[in-house]
Amino acid sequence: MSEKTEKTEPRLSVFKTYKLYVGGKFPRSESGRVYEVTTQTSAAGAAGKGKWLANAPLASRKDARDAVVAARKAFGGWSGATAYNRGQVLYRVAEMLEGRREQFVREVADAEGLSKAKAAAVVDAAIDRWVWYAGWTDKIAQVTGGANPVAGPFFNLSSPEPTGVVAVLAPQKSSFLGLVSVVAPVIATGNTAVVIASEKSPLPALSLAEVLATSDVPGGVVNVLSGRTAEIAAPLAAHQDVNAIDLAGADEALAKELEIAAADNLKRTLRPQAVDYFDTPGIDRLTAFLETKTVWHPTGSLGASGSSY
Amino acid sequence: MASASAFEYAPAPESRAVVDIAPSYGLFIDGEFVEAADGKVFKTVSPSTEEVLSEVAQAGAEDVERAVKAARKAFAKWSALPGSERAKYLFRIARIIQERSRELAVLETLDNGKPIKETRDADLPLVAGHFFYYAGWADKLDHAGFGANPKPLGVAGQVIPWNFPLLMLAWKIAPALATGNTVVLKPAETTPLSALFFADICRQAGLPKGVVNILPGYGDAGAALVAHPDVNKVAFTGSTAVGKEIARTVAGTRKKLTLELGGKGANIVFDDAPIDQAVEGIVTGIFFNQGQVCCAGSRLLVQESVQDELLDSLKRRLSTLRLGDPLDKNTDIGAINSAEQLARITALAEQGEAEGAERWSPACELPSSGYWFAPTLFTNVTQAHTIARDEIFGPVLSVLTFRTPDEAVAKANNTQYGLSAGIWTEKGSRILAVASKLRAGVIWSNTFNKFDPTSPFGGYKESGFGREGGRHGLEAYLDV
Repeated sequence: MSEKTEKTEPRLSVFKTYKLYVGGKFPRSESGRVYEVTTQTSAAGAAGKGKWLANAPLASRKDARDAVVAARKAFGGWSGATAYNRGQVLYRVAEMLEGRREQFVREVADAEGLSKAKAAAVVDAAIDRWVWYAGWTDKIAQVTGGANPVAGPFFNLSSPEPTGVVAVLAPQKSSFLGLVSVVAPVIATGNTAVVIASEKSPLPALSLAEVLATSDVPGGVVNVLSGRTAEIAAPLAAHQDVNAIDLAGADEALAKELEIAAADNLKRTLRPQAVDYFDTPGIDRLTAFLETKTVWHPTGSLGASGSSY
Repeated sequence: MASASAFEYAPAPESRAVVDIAPSYGLFIDGEFVEAADGKVFKTVSPSTEEVLSEVAQAGAEDVERAVKAARKAFAKWSALPGSERAKYLFRIARIIQERSRELAVLETLDNGKPIKETRDADLPLVAGHFFYYAGWADKLDHAGFGANPKPLGVAGQVIPWNFPLLMLAWKIAPALATGNTVVLKPAETTPLSALFFADICRQAGLPKGVVNILPGYGDAGAALVAHPDVNKVAFTGSTAVGKEIARTVAGTRKKLTLELGGKGANIVFDDAPIDQAVEGIVTGIFFNQGQVCCAGSRLLVQESVQDELLDSLKRRLSTLRLGDPLDKNTDIGAINSAEQLARITALAEQGEAEGAERWSPACELPSSGYWFAPTLFTNVTQAHTIARDEIFGPVLSVLTFRTPDEAVAKANNTQYGLSAGIWTEKGSRILAVASKLRAGVIWSNTFNKFDPTSPFGGYKESGFGREGGRHGLEAYLDV
């Protein structure tokens, strides 16, 4: 933090209070709880061994429920925005991140115990990922939807629609590139998200929230919670107004438990899988949270008099 | 029979002679008909007469084991076949179904109770069409949009309902085989016969042993099948409650799951709709297959200003529906599938009355034997009424009203389900606007209950997930 300059007292740096991001605002946890976040180094992976970084909010189940309310409220507007508009907003996120690149390199290096060069590669990949998904917003419907040649006088069209509110358990290890890789596809298609940051390394996620808040992403579209993944995920998996859940950040036992809870209102569930987040993604994470709506329109016949069905 | 004198018809029954039902059937495992390991059997009856049609082997856990083993053994060769060869097997099956379609239609009507008009003109053409459609995909999977050389999953465990026995079998088996999976399918306990006839069609088509295994049985066999550790894919069509149970069962496994569950479809009639066409659509929506349809238009949402006119017209039309012998070609309303289902419908209808909705049925004489329920209409229904919320799965229509399009959309979406909806209006832009706001997987504009092999079908919310039909239907059976 503080750098020594010759013959002068080191300037005392200004710490940042890391906060949750809910409904476009930055509240502390309603519980008033925080937990210590430390650096991860290869030598000191275990909690408490690294250098103190911040007291992150330890979100409660009430915070989780508030986040769902915010995400539901934002769903109509975001899913109703044009795909072009959503693409521009996602691209704007990349622009804002580019400007704060150095900050994120530092935070990712601390969070994941990476060298500066490696952290820079992670941040660059994350910025590029936003650009990649920004380009998908107005193409996915053409790739996954289309007209169906039914045997009858109907124009039959299938189109993808966002599932709704998606709970996202961000990856535990890849606290920034992994996070971006699971959040961007969810919102690219018009869903809104309640994101649980990496439990041990939540700071890049909480800082990303500050970027989202200044990137024209409407409040509530992405909500970011930090804390114990299992504690926050349980009420989200059981929540009747959550439509889907991405279990990327859950271990095997937690994933099973959450999948069982999620069955109660038949949430669309994306199970954890081995992913190298540096690889160019496919469209799986986009389609995992899309519904297909098929509409039958009568084509009628011009020869008939009167109403033509 | 409706008593309106202008509509007295002489009976015109379809001949039963076209189908030869054996006194008993086995399970179909590894290309052979075999007895259940524990020797158990159950009777399948004709719901319109309660006549016992046949005695069928009842699968248990041990039979599930045998069938999954057979399917696993067959998987290596079947999945390694060139797609063009798998395609030819499926084309053969489609053709044999067409050849035997009258026989299968009569069989289905006998075992299920639905009118021959429907099995002959809807179920069977769709069944053949579905196999024909997916046959064509088998050697074109590289071009289906799931990446190059998409792989099958392995053994598919499939559990299907009794409302469209053979059609649901086709929806499950055709895409599974086209993509190179092998299957173990459990038909419903009240309608096992058409699946067993299908087993015979597989033999006629020369389908390799073990690729298709059929296990008639009850819920316990279905539960054992979906829980089997060597099953890679579970597909279920049925109730939302059972669907949730299955979702819990496969939690924590790598099994791919698709569910087609219940519905409470809204059929929305705007004041500018052509009333006569809308009435036909409403009737199709809720009385097709005695309303035992997951995507039935069981909630009629009618704009207040045309309520009286529409209901008068609808009641007149209902008075002309002919209920009776399902084999009679004039019959519109057949039998309810089982005593159990009849009891459920009866109880829910009674609850509708008890909660204050107004009940109406046309004068309608019910046959003395079999399971029957007269077409029923409830008016003065509110959104809080059980009959507006719960799936009845019978010929019971709940009528609600609305004033503005926004109110119609809000009421239509006010349900745990999201399978189907209908929109009736002359205004094209209103169709598009309303369709885009409805949270349902299938929306019919100025029509209802249309199906096609090329058209993806499936629900939002608690109506399940995954799509059947069309290119989308392939995904459920591919490792993508």
